[in-house]
Amino acid sequence: MSTTAPGAKSANLSSPTPAKREITTKPRLSDKVFRGVATAGGLSSLLLLGLIFVFLAFQGFQVLRSEGIGFITGSNWEVVQDNVGNTDLSASTFGIAAMLIGTVICATIAVIIAVPISVLCALYLTFYAPSFIKRLMVALIDLMAAFPSILFGMWGYFVLMPHAEYWAKLIHKYFEWIPIFKMDVDIFERSPFVAGVVLSTMIIPIITSISREIFSQTPLDRIQAAYALGATRWAMIKAVVIPYGRSGVVGGAMLGLGRAMGETVAVYTVLNLVYQINWQVLIGAGGNVASMILLKFGEAGPTETKALMAAGLALFILTLIVNSIANVIVTKTGGKGR
Amino acid sequence: MSIDKPVVKPGKPWASTPKERAIDLGAILLAAFGSFALVALSELKGKLAYAGVFLLLIIVINFIHNYLSRGIASAKDSIASSFAVAGVLITLLPITSILFAVFERGKAGLKPNLFTTDMKLNGPNDPIDQGGLLHALTGSGIMVGIALIISLPIGILTAIYLTEIKGLFTRPIRFLVQAMSGVPSIVAGLFILSAIVFPITKTPSGLMGGLALAILMIPTIARTSEEVLLLIPEDLREAGIALGGTQWRTISQIVVPAAKSGLITAIILGVARVAGETAPLVLVSGGGDALNLDPTSGPMGSFPFYIWKAFTFGTNESIDRAWAGILVLLILVFILFFATRLVGADRNKK
Repeated sequence: MSTTAPGAKSANLSSPTPAKREITTKPRLSDKVFRGVATAGGLSSLLLLGLIFVFLAFQGFQVLRSEGIGFITGSNWEVVQDNVGNTDLSASTFGIAAMLIGTVICATIAVIIAVPISVLCALYLTFYAPSFIKRLMVALIDLMAAFPSILFGMWGYFVLMPHAEYWAKLIHKYFEWIPIFKMDVDIFERSPFVAGVVLSTMIIPIITSISREIFSQTPLDRIQAAYALGATRWAMIKAVVIPYGRSGVVGGAMLGLGRAMGETVAVYTVLNLVYQINWQVLIGAGGNVASMILLKFGEAGPTETKALMAAGLALFILTLIVNSIANVIVTKTGGKGR
Repeated sequence: MSIDKPVVKPGKPWASTPKERAIDLGAILLAAFGSFALVALSELKGKLAYAGVFLLLIIVINFIHNYLSRGIASAKDSIASSFAVAGVLITLLPITSILFAVFERGKAGLKPNLFTTDMKLNGPNDPIDQGGLLHALTGSGIMVGIALIISLPIGILTAIYLTEIKGLFTRPIRFLVQAMSGVPSIVAGLFILSAIVFPITKTPSGLMGGLALAILMIPTIARTSEEVLLLIPEDLREAGIALGGTQWRTISQIVVPAAKSGLITAIILGVARVAGETAPLVLVSGGGDALNLDPTSGPMGSFPFYIWKAFTFGTNESIDRAWAGILVLLILVFILFFATRLVGADRNKK
């Protein structure tokens, strides 16, 4: 300390040296607590998903063990009771194949109807619409995404179903030669097609808003380059937007598929549940896991409730897989080049 | 000395001239006339035929007009525009149909007794001027409140973890939150049944309903808050740290207050997401008909359950009741929705 500058010396004379502040990158206690709490909060989603799996599996374990693989390959749902009224687990059969396949069929119909409409709508909103129409439509579509499912259920039942049945008859009349549109019995009411139409109105807002988001991320320089080369709007969309946004739209469609598979109330009101695998989508006989759970739950005894828990587990896993794939696709698309 | 400079007025060469507009209008009229004529003359009938023929004719007329005036590229472009407009119109159809149906069928039941009485003494089949949905209003309020109390801290902590802490688990947690937003609502109900109702409480109650709704609400709040926090400029965080603040103080006193209006939007969106959830409440809330303000015991009514019960009862009176309930629910969703717009507009102004 003998060779310090004069200034420092005079400071030393006037006041005692303050204790040298310790400079460290170690987080303070408050930060440690904060980071711990936030991490715990963040991990709660992991915990909840895990708990959902564990508890549904735990409750459904008995039924799953007694049914084995037959639970997802068989189509019978029969509760046999012994003479004192207890459910006889070994004699009863629980199989959800028809329901699982029906769920996928309804959701697929919904996606097939919704995707072209949503993509056209998103293209219009991103590249064609004047700004006031765009703002109005975006607000309306967001509002529609916030409509409760029971609203779609009642509207679907009272307003849309008669129309959808008429459309089903038209399709049957002109496209009977396609196997899935054949009819062995003439019942058009409450068919998987009708359920698919109702579901499509529910997922159009979801797919539209995801597609719109993806389209609006299209690099502006490429759009301008296309225009500068003399492209029309359609030529620009075909050359720039579609190659850029294709996989994102696929992801959005899969998110819609996942949403459609998990929908309960709207399907319950417009679908006739039948425990038989039915590929003819216009016939009024379909399956849906979520609706079946709601239908059976009221009158179910303890064992049947366990079977319903197992069905819920199957639905949970199915939607989780579809959603995960969709999210991976959507996330990968954002900000990626051609 | 002054020279008269020629003043160039800005023009809009891309805007459509009156002549072009007249041609567009003419095409629409021609297509409408053509569709009426075709439907009248051929075997086709019904609204669907009118719409289909009209769309087809509009496309053909536009195609020919554009082909003759500007060539094939422009003609193809006109087909694409026609389809895009058709897509929007088809999307608008269900929205307007839903709004129209609900207001048309629900307004008859909108009477003051709806908000002052419950259904303790009335069945769903009673005339609409008896009984009401007071129990559903309070029940839904309590359950959504419980869900909010649980999911708000978890959702915001998750968002803070994802945007501020950026720890080891950021990517998996972001993935899981997205996956969680796809959990079917009935599975949330089954989970609460299997984890709490069957092993512990044995009876359904409003609290269980709130817990089931919380599971559906957490991902909505977490994802919206994350988006909002990402919008807060990095400068604010750096300024907080540079002033000697710890991370805790920077986030709690600078970042979160700056994002306040966005977080309120997240809350409203979360409430709107669960306010109409039916399936889990049918499973776990018990769905009482009497006013019940105690979430821990006894069945508790709720909006979706009230509508559900009246709808599945199936008589004319009860269905009128269901529509009235839906109308009130829709008005609530409207209010929540416009609240988010207002908060959002407020944020954009600042």
